[in-house]
Amino acid sequence: MTEKDGKEGCGDGCPHGVSRRGFMTRVGAGTIGLGVAAAAGTAEATVHEIPPGEPHRVTLTVNGTTHRLLVEPRETLLYVLRERLGMTATKPGCERGECGACTVLIDGAARYACLTLAVEAEGHEVTTLEGLTKGEEPGAVQRAFMDEDALQCGYCTPGQIVAAEGLLRARPDPTLEEIRTGMSGNLCRCGAYVHIFRAVKKASVLRKDAGR
Amino acid sequence: MRSDLDYLVPSSVEEAVALRAASAGAAYLLGGTDLLPQMRAGRKAPGQLIDLKRIPPLREIRETADGGLSIGAAVVMADVEVHPAVLGRFPLLAECIRTVGAWPLRQRATLGGNVCNASPAADAAVALLALDAAFHVVSAEGRRSIPAGSFFRGPGQTALLPGELLTDLVLPGGAAGFRGRYLRLSRRKGMDLATVGVLVGKSSGTAPDRWRIGLAAVAPTPLRVAAAEERLEAKGAAAAEEAAALAVAACRPISDLRGSAEYRRDMVGVLVRRGVVELG
Ligand SMILES: Cc1cc2nc3c(=O)[nH]c(=O)nc-3n(C[C@H](O)[C@H](O)[C@H](O)COP(=O)(O)OP(=O)(O)OC[C@H]3O[C@@H](n4cnc5c(N)ncnc54)[C@H](O)[C@@H]3O)c2cc1C
Ligand code: FES
Ligand code: FES
Repeated sequence: MTEKDGKEGCGDGCPHGVSRRGFMTRVGAGTIGLGVAAAAGTAEATVHEIPPGEPHRVTLTVNGTTHRLLVEPRETLLYVLRERLGMTATKPGCERGECGACTVLIDGAARYACLTLAVEAEGHEVTTLEGLTKGEEPGAVQRAFMDEDALQCGYCTPGQIVAAEGLLRARPDPTLEEIRTGMSGNLCRCGAYVHIFRAVKKASVLRKDAGR
Repeated sequence: MRSDLDYLVPSSVEEAVALRAASAGAAYLLGGTDLLPQMRAGRKAPGQLIDLKRIPPLREIRETADGGLSIGAAVVMADVEVHPAVLGRFPLLAECIRTVGAWPLRQRATLGGNVCNASPAADAAVALLALDAAFHVVSAEGRRSIPAGSFFRGPGQTALLPGELLTDLVLPGGAAGFRGRYLRLSRRKGMDLATVGVLVGKSSGTAPDRWRIGLAAVAPTPLRVAAAEERLEAKGAAAAEEAAALAVAACRPISDLRGSAEYRRDMVGVLVRRGVVELG
């Protein structure tokens, strides 16, 4: 369980999440916001007052583990995973939805953690690269990436692997065209695409053999 | 992004509208694929985000009485592009949506956000214009319907009044049956906005055939070229050249990093002609 003061972290100069620097202009500060938190899946809403900018108490489910923590609304899921939960497999790249380095699974589908606020992830299942490994044992997609030499510098690789996992959960036996479409949100600056596509194909076979 | 940013999660449209009316500096949030990067870049600085994604009616695709389809503003594009009714009756919409960003992005980016952001290059907007969609909106003052044709006012500018919330986008039954192509040029195949987008649609259900010509990224708003459509309806595909010239006359492109105005104008002509000939 992680419960920290939401004011910590994300200080000036923080390269991840949403930096404070330059965004300090407050317009109409001091107004009382009306927070309406609806529990996921229920129709009822509980109304409670949240002073602006106060951290929200959220419960995040990451790789099956429940974390209760205080997050500021402006903090991205990418930032909270890395800086609050210490899960650094999810990489910051462009931080504006263009590269896929930060790909995680939300309810099993590939999403960009940089374009998701941590508060938005409440009530959803988040899976990161860490969750695709059993201890030191690589998962099927990781195995396939190693076998097919599907990387050079490796910076995009965590995102590629998570995106591939998301694709294979939706389409266990994808065609090359489906692989190209499914992986189209993940850029590789080293240009390892041909190997990546091969690795995804191989991973589909390994997953089948493993009975998943 | 403001350090005092707040995040609100209403569970009904009425609640969302009331929250928005209570705070002038608030913004509605759907997928955030336009809004969050704009906030990061300092181009927008709302004090509150009103997240609409947990309002059930905004997430539905419903059949309407006239054989049309109502698509909730919060439905993500990835769900629209594979929906059987969209593929069966309004394939032009799926054709345009499939070109947006990349698949993971479309699992987050909504149709409602695409039109509210009102980029001149909004790909889905071109299909909604061509299909005579109506945008249903609600505010504290009540409900109204805005035709797609009068919704887009300029880059980032729409007919929405402050606080108005788009609930759903309605495709009329009469627009069912158009098939066609969205011919789109971009610097790379995925994850890039269109340099030029040309939608050519045709419906053979009536005599004469009905045509649709839509343009993206070549004017301050997505466009529909009625003059070209009328010419094709009068003369058929033989008028491809004339339709292309009318489309070129209608566009008002700018030069930017994606292409020069001259290139864009030329490509509008080439792509309209190509699309019309292909649909014959
Ligand atoms: C890497 C990348 C590539 C992209 N490529 C393309 C592309 O190829 N083609 C393309 O067309 N777009 C592209 N986009 C833009 C974007 O994904 C789309 O415009 C998207 O559909 C916006 O939807 P959203 O749900 O993310 O909206 P949001 O960002 O949540 O909202 C967009 C705007 O609408 C307002 N708003 C939201 N809901 C409502 C409502 N119900 N009523 C009134 N106002 C509302 C918000 O306040 C905001 O100003 C790309 C974006 C990225 C990051
Ligand atoms: S860091 Fe999220 S898409 Fe680039
Ligand atoms: S391996 Fe270097 S960016 Fe992909």
